[in-house]
Amino acid sequence: MLRLEKRPNPSQFWNYATPVVAVLLTMVAGGILFWVLGKNPFEAIKLIFWDPLFSEQFAAYSRPQLLIKAGPLILIAVGLAIGFRAGIWNIGAEGQYIIGALCAAQMALWFYPAELWIVFPLMILAGAFGGWLWAMIPAVLKTRFNTNEILVSLLLVYVAEKILAAAATGFMRNPEGSGFPGSRNIFNYSAASNQELIANSGLHWGVVAAFIAVIFAYVLLHRHLLGFHVQLAGQAPRAAKFAGVAPARLVLLCLGISGLMAGLAGMFEVAGPARLITIDFNSGYGFTAIIVAFLGRLHPIGIVLAGLLLALTYIGGELAQFMLNLPSAAIQVFQGMLLFFLLALDVLSNYRLRLMRPAPVTAPAPKPSTESV
Amino acid sequence: MKRRTLLTSSAMALGLAATMGTAALAQDEPLKVGFIYVGPVGDFGWTTAHDVGRLAAVEHFGDSLETVFVESVPEGADSGRVMTQMALSGADMIFATSFGYGPEINAVAQRFPDIAFEHATGYLQEAPNVSLYNARFYEGRAVIGHIAARMTESNVVGYIASFPIPEVIMGINAAYLAAKAANPDIEFRVVWAYTWFDPAQEAAAAEALIEQGADIIMQHTDSTAPLTVAQEHGALAFGQASDMSSFAPDVHLTAIEDNWAPYYIRRIQERMDGTWEADNVWLGIPDGEVVLSPFNDRIPADVQEEANAMIAAITDGSFHPFTGPINRQDGSTWLAEGETAPDGDLLGMDFYVEGMTGEIPN
Repeated sequence: MLRLEKRPNPSQFWNYATPVVAVLLTMVAGGILFWVLGKNPFEAIKLIFWDPLFSEQFAAYSRPQLLIKAGPLILIAVGLAIGFRAGIWNIGAEGQYIIGALCAAQMALWFYPAELWIVFPLMILAGAFGGWLWAMIPAVLKTRFNTNEILVSLLLVYVAEKILAAAATGFMRNPEGSGFPGSRNIFNYSAASNQELIANSGLHWGVVAAFIAVIFAYVLLHRHLLGFHVQLAGQAPRAAKFAGVAPARLVLLCLGISGLMAGLAGMFEVAGPARLITIDFNSGYGFTAIIVAFLGRLHPIGIVLAGLLLALTYIGGELAQFMLNLPSAAIQVFQGMLLFFLLALDVLSNYRLRLMRPAPVTAPAPKPSTESV
Repeated sequence: MKRRTLLTSSAMALGLAATMGTAALAQDEPLKVGFIYVGPVGDFGWTTAHDVGRLAAVEHFGDSLETVFVESVPEGADSGRVMTQMALSGADMIFATSFGYGPEINAVAQRFPDIAFEHATGYLQEAPNVSLYNARFYEGRAVIGHIAARMTESNVVGYIASFPIPEVIMGINAAYLAAKAANPDIEFRVVWAYTWFDPAQEAAAAEALIEQGADIIMQHTDSTAPLTVAQEHGALAFGQASDMSSFAPDVHLTAIEDNWAPYYIRRIQERMDGTWEADNVWLGIPDGEVVLSPFNDRIPADVQEEANAMIAAITDGSFHPFTGPINRQDGSTWLAEGETAPDGDLLGMDFYVEGMTGEIPN
């Protein structure tokens, strides 16, 4: 019989090595999966991990795409990680992302078609405010009425989706779109457009914001008293209380920061890669960012690497799909394996497997004993 | 928006008719055609129908055609990336089968002027190599509206609508007009699901409609869930986009099937011959693009006959589902006696016809 036993001192080395080993194991297991599906496993793995970065045919295009895809993931995940470290679970970043994008788009549409430099900065403020506001709902409900922020933030995603649909088909609909849903093309409105800062680099303001957020989170978590409080509240809530950490303040702060960052991500996306508000504007960044946050060990630098890695599996996965005729489900399984192996290895690096002797009950014939049972 | 069914507006069409720069391709290399799907190929509805069209083309052309596809591609930036990667991999032609791909198609098409782009149910043509195609699903809706009106006992038809957009409103009106013509007491109850594909929500909508007295369910959403619910409650229902009879064999009366194969084969042939031109087409029952699935035996013979007569009349052009006199819900005149609806009116339809109850949400 197997039993898990907590390791008194989990190895520091394995803490950093597990993600790498998880990626390698995913390649092996994924390769077997692709082989079973009748595809050349080496070619599939090469298409997913190598070609988007180095192939002559695709790399010039897909390398910048990596930043475009990873940017919002990193920005959202960094915000989430701060809360997760404190044990505050914002599962609704997707909703905050939507509301941030809607507020920013509305700001742009109010000014349309005025070419004023102030439009873009105001959209950033509006996006941040929208995301923050949407995250304040679960925060206030938790601090005032002790509701569960996991449920409230998650359910608010669905509310945000309905507002998005109403916006795209109703109040934000393009008056020149002959009745079709979808807002004006914000990307084509130059005062509001989130253009690439260097042509064909993939670097837009959202990516810049993501890196600023990473630095901000690093300083906050590792160099600031508040960061210490965050960690303390997550690891030892009682001790945190004695240290004078006000739980309510922490909840408001952590949900506020993560909502704000998700809102910003939505803003940069709607003004940039997504171009406009549509009924299905959100494409799961808010949920995927949760995986990125954990894959990155809730550490800002780790999140950057995790975001880039996940973006790579998306881009390479699309490539593998149409180059090898792989079903999209195979790619999703592949991405799922990555998380599975990471979590499994995590367990092994924090716990030791102990083989237990069979319990005495199952022994064939109990020996007569003088001692009482 | 989750896919498609938004219609091409002739007013929006730029009347572009640029022949592709490259002439007929060398015979020895197969033409490479890419497909972008919004759902999984196994959704038994919208995307399945497109993939059936792709497979028909593969069978038709054999070795001279190579197709690739990516399924479940979200609309927005992701779709642009997939299309660009397909283009870089050497595709000669790309079919993008959902409405929301529009802005991306036009952006990618400008980068790759030698590739032919075909956009289902879109309306934007900002590059000379973007073509639009769509189907007159409302013709099928009229036929099922008639069948529903002749088979209901409660005189209440439940309608699961997706989004309040012209395509969906047009479908409700077409079904209602045909139903009312066959049964003046008919009443439509509409639930707006605000989704194209969400089995749980669609099932809940079907339950609610049945509780409100509907004994026939129509859907403008893509999952098979409403049919399953109808089967459980003994209500009747119609399939959407593909023949869904295997999910509810007893109550599935027929389905409005999308048959893209003829269009795909024709356009691929034109691309091979070097005669492909950007176009903007809206085909229907007469062209074989909208097809009614085989009728369930539960439909009485006389009703089947009437439905077949209706299909025949639509096919030969003697019947248009929107033929006046038709008033708007508020009583104002829309079409005078004998007048048929101009396509532009249908593509921008934002009102119910007279007799419909309830309001279109805004």
